[in-house]
Amino acid sequence: MTGFIDIAALDDIPRQGARVVKTPLGCVAIFRTADDRVFALEDRCPHKGGPLSEGIVHGSHVTCPLHGWVFDMATGLAEGADEGSVRTFAARAEGGRVLLDADFLQRRSAA
Amino acid sequence: MKQNLVVIGAGMASGRMLEHLLDAAPDAFDVTLFNAEPRGNYNRLMLSPVLSGEKTYEQIVTHDDAWYAARGVTCRFGEHVTKIDRARKVAVSKAGETAYDSLVIATGSAPFIIPVAGRELPGVVTYRDLEDTNAMIAAASPGARAVVIGGGLLGLEAAAGMAARGAEVTVIHLMGHLMERQLDPAAGYLLQKDLERRGIRIHCKGATKAILGNGRVEAVLLEDGTVYPADLVCMAVGIRPETRLATDAHLEIGRGIVVNDRMQTSDPAIRALGECVEHEGQLFGLVAPLYDQAKVLAASLLGQDAAFRPVQTATKLKVTGCDLFSAGDFADAPGREDIVFRDPGRGVYKRLILEGDRLVGAVMYGDTADGQWFFDLIKQGKDVTEARETLIFGPAFAAGGPSADPLAAVAALPPEAEICGCNGVCKGRIVQAVEGGAATLDAVRATTKASASCGSCTGLVEKVMALCLGDGFRADANPPMCRCTDHTHDDVRRLIKSMALKSIPAVMQELGWKTAGGCASCRPALNYYLLADWPTEYRDDRQSRFVNERNHANIQKDGTYSVVPRMWGGVTTPAELRAIADAADKFAVPMVKVTGGQRIDLLGVRKEDLPAIWADLNAAGMVSGAAYAKGLRTVKTCVGSEFCRFGTQDSTGLGIRLEKLLWGSWTPAKVKLGVSGCPRNCAEATCKDIGVVCVDSGYQISVAGAAGLEVKETELLMTVATGDEALEVIAAFTQLYRENSRYLHRIYKWVAKVGLDWCRDQMADPANRRALYDRFLQSQAVHQADPWAELAERPADWAPIADLTLRAAE
Repeated sequence: MTGFIDIAALDDIPRQGARVVKTPLGCVAIFRTADDRVFALEDRCPHKGGPLSEGIVHGSHVTCPLHGWVFDMATGLAEGADEGSVRTFAARAEGGRVLLDADFLQRRSAA
Repeated sequence: MKQNLVVIGAGMASGRMLEHLLDAAPDAFDVTLFNAEPRGNYNRLMLSPVLSGEKTYEQIVTHDDAWYAARGVTCRFGEHVTKIDRARKVAVSKAGETAYDSLVIATGSAPFIIPVAGRELPGVVTYRDLEDTNAMIAAASPGARAVVIGGGLLGLEAAAGMAARGAEVTVIHLMGHLMERQLDPAAGYLLQKDLERRGIRIHCKGATKAILGNGRVEAVLLEDGTVYPADLVCMAVGIRPETRLATDAHLEIGRGIVVNDRMQTSDPAIRALGECVEHEGQLFGLVAPLYDQAKVLAASLLGQDAAFRPVQTATKLKVTGCDLFSAGDFADAPGREDIVFRDPGRGVYKRLILEGDRLVGAVMYGDTADGQWFFDLIKQGKDVTEARETLIFGPAFAAGGPSADPLAAVAALPPEAEICGCNGVCKGRIVQAVEGGAATLDAVRATTKASASCGSCTGLVEKVMALCLGDGFRADANPPMCRCTDHTHDDVRRLIKSMALKSIPAVMQELGWKTAGGCASCRPALNYYLLADWPTEYRDDRQSRFVNERNHANIQKDGTYSVVPRMWGGVTTPAELRAIADAADKFAVPMVKVTGGQRIDLLGVRKEDLPAIWADLNAAGMVSGAAYAKGLRTVKTCVGSEFCRFGTQDSTGLGIRLEKLLWGSWTPAKVKLGVSGCPRNCAEATCKDIGVVCVDSGYQISVAGAAGLEVKETELLMTVATGDEALEVIAAFTQLYRENSRYLHRIYKWVAKVGLDWCRDQMADPANRRALYDRFLQSQAVHQADPWAELAERPADWAPIADLTLRAAE
């Protein structure tokens, strides 16, 4: 079980929205941008643990719903005056499906 | 000896392939050409001009009978190949078997038919071949009503063609903007505007529920309940590779027939090309790569070395005279930056996408003259750092050198250059005003009227002022809405109305937004303004709402939610209380709390349980209390004359009537009401947004209280004699607030800004008050709906999309 696995249909995630994948490491938020880019981030803001999957998606950024921290979804880095980062995972959209790199689960279960 | 070559499908790709093949080796093959359509090769791209009446079928034929005859091609037109027998190398059709040495599958694509009721009705067509085109021509008589499902390129061409023949055309598009695969929302908006100007009605975010008709198509029904009468329905939602023959022959199929670089399928004797193939995971729809495939396939048949390598293509399209261009990758992505240029007056939008020091994508609308130049820059991957400041102005500016400064461009304008088009104010006039002492934008507006009408030249006026005043110039003290725009909230509200802007992309385009998709600050505000100003036309954008309004529950610090059902006027029943208690037990709600607004809060509900708990509460007759909304929250009441020995009026009854009138309305910020039955004021009405204190002679309506960040007593708006009048005044005042306040300002802040006297004047005129009241009701007709009932039907949307917890344990 390595590499990218098929998670869901792209259309199951609303544009400028997100859905959550449950994993043993906690929830992973899968975001879809207005132009069908897909990003996967740990669904937990480093500030107070807010669910990023519920944030407003604008461009390739998401704003945490609890206290408004803004993250660049590809790097996971907080923007502006806030310092911190959230873990990112490789994900992509292909042929109308969403693929998530599940290697991070593999490494954990092997450990 | 000649080889037998059988070609299935006479589309554009196979036509081009035969040209290459028979030019290079006229005597190498005996060619048999099957086509399901009863005709040979024609230019399918030109069906649109045929539909609109600009061309005839004869003019778009690419290969006529004489062409086939001269090259000895055996034509089997109108004959379906039903089977490929790979073991015996024969193609089977109605007339018998045709042996092949090499076979080419060029079956193209089939239109995708959405699986809705009524799709089989006569009068429902697709847009693929000449038969479809002729059906549309026959149906598109002046005055006929046509509905096109699908706002992609094909659908829009069908719509434009039928409109050109006088039909009344409606396009229904599932996505938020037209041609979303080629265009970003801003360009899609401009396209929509142009098409609407041509009389085509566009309905975006429209999901088709059913096609209605008795023996023949009569109308199209959408999920949102809209019905469009239709004499003809054209389905143009997309195409899929036509792979049935190849599937039956057990060739390798992905989304299309899988081919290698030499266009061979998994059977080396069978090749394929065109829209039916998949090459390295990619499908092909544009004609340029298909022609490349044709060349490679011909070479491959002749045993020559050739490999198909798809090249990047740019889309330059003319949909009925609307100029649009897109190239490269224009998606938002980290590390990418946008340069956006908008000219609202000319309907021009240009967006360049840079990654590091390179240009990677471009979207243009209205003026696409520089498209090719940008496309070249994208393909060359050239470092554009030097030219970046002025890159968007294209090659003409680039020639002038890279040092041009945007402010310098304004400086270079002659005094007679027009700055404000609405009021005909030139640069010289503004300079004169500033030199005469006008140091603020308001002062310039007052003396010259520049930017005082539509306001879209505000930025330009400020630049002229900055040039005159240098460091002494401070832009308007009223700050812009957010970093995406220079306009203030007030400007945006005014312009939405005066320019009739009816979508978020429309606002962003016409008002020159500096970002492509806004931010978490402006998007909810715009969504509210549009909803308030165009209640019947604008469709709510759920993704532009904060989490609480999107999920119709309040998010808590641990990511769980609170659920508050409405209790009209704070009155409940034993049955409702039982249902609430049952729900609390069933979903193991950690805390049940009575709120300050006289209702019951269920705290700590998990997101995935929300639809089920809503369904239970709905079943007991309760609706969402909107405890999360920038909208009506609660109407707190005391028991009033029904029970209280001091009560002067039925305050409970009035509170219930008020709540039933106002619930479901969206407002700039939350709205809380209180109704007290006597001046003892047990309902604490005088610190609410709107409060009513009942007295013997009637009802004192006061407004603009606060008991939160600030504490403030309400001020009297007016006193009325009857409950009915109280309802009308309060609804009208709420509407005044909805139409005029900036987003997130509570009533007390808004009243402080506009003045209570102004509000009183607005209410004092009965006609004006009535008009406000009527507009409020008009909006309520659309928005007074219980969101729980609707959302409880889609529980899957609230659960995780996938669960990998088990997977890791394997």
